[in-house]
Amino acid sequence: MADISSNFLGIRSPNPFWLASAPPTDKKINVLRAFEAGWGGVVWKTLGSQVKNVSSRYSAVDYHGSRVMGFNNIELISDRPLELNLREIAECVRLFPDRAMIVSLMADNTKEQWHELIQKVEDTGAHGFELNFGCPHGMTERGMGAAVGQDPEIARMVVEWVMEKATIPVITKLTPNVHSVVPTGKAAVEAGTHALSLINTIQSVTGIDLDTLVPNPNVAGKSVFGGYCGPAVKPIALKMLTTISQDPVTSRVPISGIGGISTWKDAVEFMLLGSANVQVCTAAMKHGFRIVEDMCEGLNNWMDEKGFATLNDFIGKSVEKITHWEDLDINYHIVANINQDKCIHCGLCYIACEDTSHQSINLDYGKPYNTYTIKEEECVGCNLCKLVCPVADCITMVEERKGAEYLNWKEFQKRGLPLNDH
Amino acid sequence: MSITNNRLTPSAYEQNFSDIHPPFETRDAALVEANRCLFCYDAPCMKSCPTGIDVPKFIKQITTDNIRGSAHTILSANIMGGGCSKVCPVEKLCEGACVYNLMDEEAIPIAKLQRYSTEKAIAQKWKLFERKPGNGKKVAVVGAGPAGLSCAHGLAREGTEVTIYEKESKGGGLMTYGIAAYKVTPEFCQEELDYIISIGGISVIYKQELGKDITLDTLCKEYDAVYLGFGVGLARQLSIPGEHLDGVVDAIRFIYDIRTNAYAQVSVGDKVAVIGMGMTAIDAATQARRLGAKEVTLVYRRTEEEMPCTEEELSIAKQDGCGITWLASPKEIIGVNGKATQLICNRMQLGEPDAGGRRSPVDTGETITLEVDMVIKAAGQMPFETLANNDHLANNNGKLLISDQCATNIKGVFAGGDCVNGGKEVVDAVQAGKDGAKAILRYLQLTT
Repeated sequence: MADISSNFLGIRSPNPFWLASAPPTDKKINVLRAFEAGWGGVVWKTLGSQVKNVSSRYSAVDYHGSRVMGFNNIELISDRPLELNLREIAECVRLFPDRAMIVSLMADNTKEQWHELIQKVEDTGAHGFELNFGCPHGMTERGMGAAVGQDPEIARMVVEWVMEKATIPVITKLTPNVHSVVPTGKAAVEAGTHALSLINTIQSVTGIDLDTLVPNPNVAGKSVFGGYCGPAVKPIALKMLTTISQDPVTSRVPISGIGGISTWKDAVEFMLLGSANVQVCTAAMKHGFRIVEDMCEGLNNWMDEKGFATLNDFIGKSVEKITHWEDLDINYHIVANINQDKCIHCGLCYIACEDTSHQSINLDYGKPYNTYTIKEEECVGCNLCKLVCPVADCITMVEERKGAEYLNWKEFQKRGLPLNDH
Repeated sequence: MSITNNRLTPSAYEQNFSDIHPPFETRDAALVEANRCLFCYDAPCMKSCPTGIDVPKFIKQITTDNIRGSAHTILSANIMGGGCSKVCPVEKLCEGACVYNLMDEEAIPIAKLQRYSTEKAIAQKWKLFERKPGNGKKVAVVGAGPAGLSCAHGLAREGTEVTIYEKESKGGGLMTYGIAAYKVTPEFCQEELDYIISIGGISVIYKQELGKDITLDTLCKEYDAVYLGFGVGLARQLSIPGEHLDGVVDAIRFIYDIRTNAYAQVSVGDKVAVIGMGMTAIDAATQARRLGAKEVTLVYRRTEEEMPCTEEELSIAKQDGCGITWLASPKEIIGVNGKATQLICNRMQLGEPDAGGRRSPVDTGETITLEVDMVIKAAGQMPFETLANNDHLANNNGKLLISDQCATNIKGVFAGGDCVNGGKEVVDAVQAGKDGAKAILRYLQLTT
């Protein structure tokens, strides 16, 4: 059995799965249920100035019969009294001392307000802070949340205020609503943050009710941009994570990965791209806390299969595998192959290739079943047919190198080699 | 043993004849199945539909809440797409070809989804087709069955004035009179007919039988063209001793009685033998059971390998408790006091394959005896050969001969459906009607 326990900045948890700062972590009853279900830690929903929430608050994007492919919220930071939150945090820490208790903070923009909030939270016995520089709605209009994270210099200043006061680890959470997460990440690291976490939600409009013409979520006939999350944002989060993992400054600190993580597989992917642990929200909001069981078991089984004894054995292993385009090997060439024994004659590969790719698939008419074969000389190895095929391993990509040596674009140009003629 | 009616309680009749393929109860239920559809290209299901309904498209339209578009996709290819969704033997057509079969997964319930869209269109009387302005041409259609209705709709859409002559008092043909009641009700058939003719330009005159109340000569004189879609209908006789005895009926008549009377009024025996193994035989056997017959036995000359009905149909008969005697060919019906009491069959074995490749049954010389009080003959239907000959219509044993333009040997007279093919599925007749309409429009120089 692999050891899936996690040590993030000295904060220990029995597994690397934390619940992200969000509605599931805004009060004792939820957090205790989460710990009972087996979650390794929580980031308590953001504490700060007083707010009032509206109704409704969430909307979602469904896809092809599947609910909540993407999720959107316009909820603000915790709307409960600060003293109540602090009391409950202390109780949760006392009841589950082996779990990580991080508290998310978003104070008004003065040093004094930050210091006061930090002191109060430290008194609860919490293990660390997460600075909310990412909330994309409601708080930004008041100069908080993403308004801080979008300006590296403001972020640097706030982190410096926090670091003057905090005696427990500090994680700075980054907003994805920027052209690059690196400048703010760098500023936070240079200002002394102990770790980074990303991504927060992405500004979005999830859809419009075609009867009322009101976008979702509907608040008395109006809507606002919300924060998008859930499985749909995972690829964007992974890309942003990679830029942080590859930057010489930001990669100096540990990263807590966030963004559409629903399964152990998603978590492993984040960790392979440099996350030391991960945070989950939408998947729990859709299915409840019980999903952590398979996350732990699946991770453990995969690690055993791959021979990884601890998390550190594989964290970051894929970071160097994402490179610059001009370093890719042009001589590498693959060609599609259709296994006729597995083919169900749905024609999806054919029409995708014929209409939108390189016309590399033959159709031999049959009634009712056509036969589809690859025109190997035409195939550019784009993967499209394989991606749309509904049968596992029916279409495989076979390696047929154009040349034995590694050849990249810079070298290709230098040698004046010919372009494609199709 | 006796042949009697009123064997069951009203609720038992209702239950026995309720819809065997109930519709989706909710939109969510339909969406679960619709979303499973892979949206195949040049889809095998579409190619296996005699009317070529674009199945992936109409299912996709269900998933996008475009039910009106979905119904239009179905009905523009098959104006009886509602009825076909209930009576088509989809297991050997669209659903049989679904690519999920090749993954050993359940096929998409295409018929049920088709019903989902078309039922809404028919119930809510959606106006999906616009009739073109009148073109001044008049066409007579003989028979308000699937072929005739489909032809009439195709003609009316183009602005032609159509008069349908129907010998029965209701339209729908075998949909109304010749199919098991648990598949489709006469009420639905009426609604479907009303929906089809609601496009305008179609009038139906009932109780008008060709050769009796109307003549082909007159129709040819009064109309610019004539379409014959009068189907088949004469039950094939067994030509064995005892066929005249009381209790010996033909399946067409038996099913007709069920379709035109209250269930409690239809008589059935205690011990019933049904001769044949086609769809009509199954419909007769299952309904005999559902009317309260104690024992029903299907008698067939060959084996399960050669049977004309589908596996699905056979399993309905088995689930209804019908027995099956394979390799038995009726030899004689014995009667007492003029009433059938025994069916004697020759025990057969399979011999060499015949010209069609089916192995022919050969008499073994042994016989078996079934105790019966009712024998239902479902050994196939015969075309109206005398009618064809009287009107000098070229035919092959009664089946009308037509050109690739659906034309008979008489100028201006076209034909299609069962009266040409000898008896196929409803969906084949609908396609024949479509082809007929197209050919007539070309003949009338309304299209090229």
